[in-house]
Amino acid sequence: MVLLIFLIAMAVILIVAAIYSIVQKDLLFAVLGTGVVSLILSVFFYILQAPDVAITEAAIGIALTTIIFIITIRNTTRDEDKYNDDYINRFKSDKDA
Amino acid sequence: MIDFHTIFEQYKEIISIAVYGTAVFLIIIGLYAVLLKKHLVKIVIGLSIMDAGIHLLFVAVGYISGGTAPIFSPGNENAANTMVDPVPQALVLTAIVIGFAVTALALSLVIRLYKHHHTANIDQLKSLKW
Amino acid sequence: MLKKLFVFILLFTIGYFLVNSLKSIPLGANRVGSIDEPTTVSGYYLNKSPNALKVANSITAVVVNFRGFDTLGEVTVLFLAATGLASILYRKEDEEEEEKHTHSLSKRLNLPSSSLVRTGAKILFPLILLLGIYVFIHGHLTPGGGFQGGAIIATGFLLMLVSYKGFTTNHNVMVWLESLAGLGFVGVGLYGLFAYGSFLQNTGWTGNLNDLISGGFIPLIYIFIGIKVATELTNVLDTLLNIKPRKK
Repeated sequence: MVLLIFLIAMAVILIVAAIYSIVQKDLLFAVLGTGVVSLILSVFFYILQAPDVAITEAAIGIALTTIIFIITIRNTTRDEDKYNDDYINRFKSDKDA
Repeated sequence: MIDFHTIFEQYKEIISIAVYGTAVFLIIIGLYAVLLKKHLVKIVIGLSIMDAGIHLLFVAVGYISGGTAPIFSPGNENAANTMVDPVPQALVLTAIVIGFAVTALALSLVIRLYKHHHTANIDQLKSLKW
Repeated sequence: MLKKLFVFILLFTIGYFLVNSLKSIPLGANRVGSIDEPTTVSGYYLNKSPNALKVANSITAVVVNFRGFDTLGEVTVLFLAATGLASILYRKEDEEEEEKHTHSLSKRLNLPSSSLVRTGAKILFPLILLLGIYVFIHGHLTPGGGFQGGAIIATGFLLMLVSYKGFTTNHNVMVWLESLAGLGFVGVGLYGLFAYGSFLQNTGWTGNLNDLISGGFIPLIYIFIGIKVATELTNVLDTLLNIKPRKK
């Protein structure tokens, strides 16, 4: 009975984390939401009697995917609404605005 | 250990809806992000979430009620009658590694595009249109 | 607005048909059949794996022995991704113009890490390497294998790369190790082809079940895959962490 409540709670947290990582506009928190999805998915794989797949998802999905996303965010913009930096507007002057 | 066998036969409907519904929901959310979002990194995040949903669907199809992990440890070497299906798990192992490789290559393309055009909006990358 | 409506209708249709077709695949039904006289592919693999091949981890037997050619394709895809990533992002400075004025944020990134992080990383790094090497050597006895062990070793190198400013890995040694490990995997397959007639034929010494040396060529192939994946992922992380950041 306790195990059933645990399973339903983990499924709900998975769906909430996936929706959060799509809706959030600050990209660093969206990437951490993807990490949480990978973490809970790894526990799901263990409950479904697949230990090899659980180890692979935990090793690749949590550590390596999150770090390459963070390096990409550092080299592009961090905010979702601010797509470009001031380099693209460098020829506009105050008279045209 | 997690004693999944005893509760599975009782609550089969609820557990089946929970596992299958989560997998289909993750696929739908990932597809929504790929189709409707404008920032390049958000599109790659949606691709990664869609991969996770498909892997869960595969492993859930291969589950057998009352089965254990398919490893012949010293103690149960004749227990092949109570093991889950090993073929979907082998396929998902390959699929996880290839999903990571595709994500890494896509993100390197995003970095290169940003350095060249100084924008990460897909509506403003118009140099190939006529 | 019309595009959003169209996308919602498409997603609803896909979701409806997926759920409907999953109703005829009940969760937990027995699809393997009998093991002693196998009629399905999974029954055949579960029958052969402890009796004829003497390998304890049947997923390792499926990935390396019965479907070994697909594993060769997966190693090729990883190699292509790592090469493509390294050739898209240059490691040296770009030939474009670089702005010389620094942002105040980049000045803060030049401080060293705190001594807690540095001491902890130095203690944990050999233990993580040991765990990774254990996982890919015992891949045929316990859950694990080449890909998992390689990812664990790459995480250990990532810890050291992030904590210390001047920690670099020798690029030439990594490239040579990766190439030799890949050649070793293909060499084992070619030995099977020329000596026994089919590519990747398993003809090593099969000992008893649950021994360290059992299952023919399976531990050897997994050692090659483990070394190749570990050095490849470390190269990818080293390339990504050394792009010069754009100074605003």
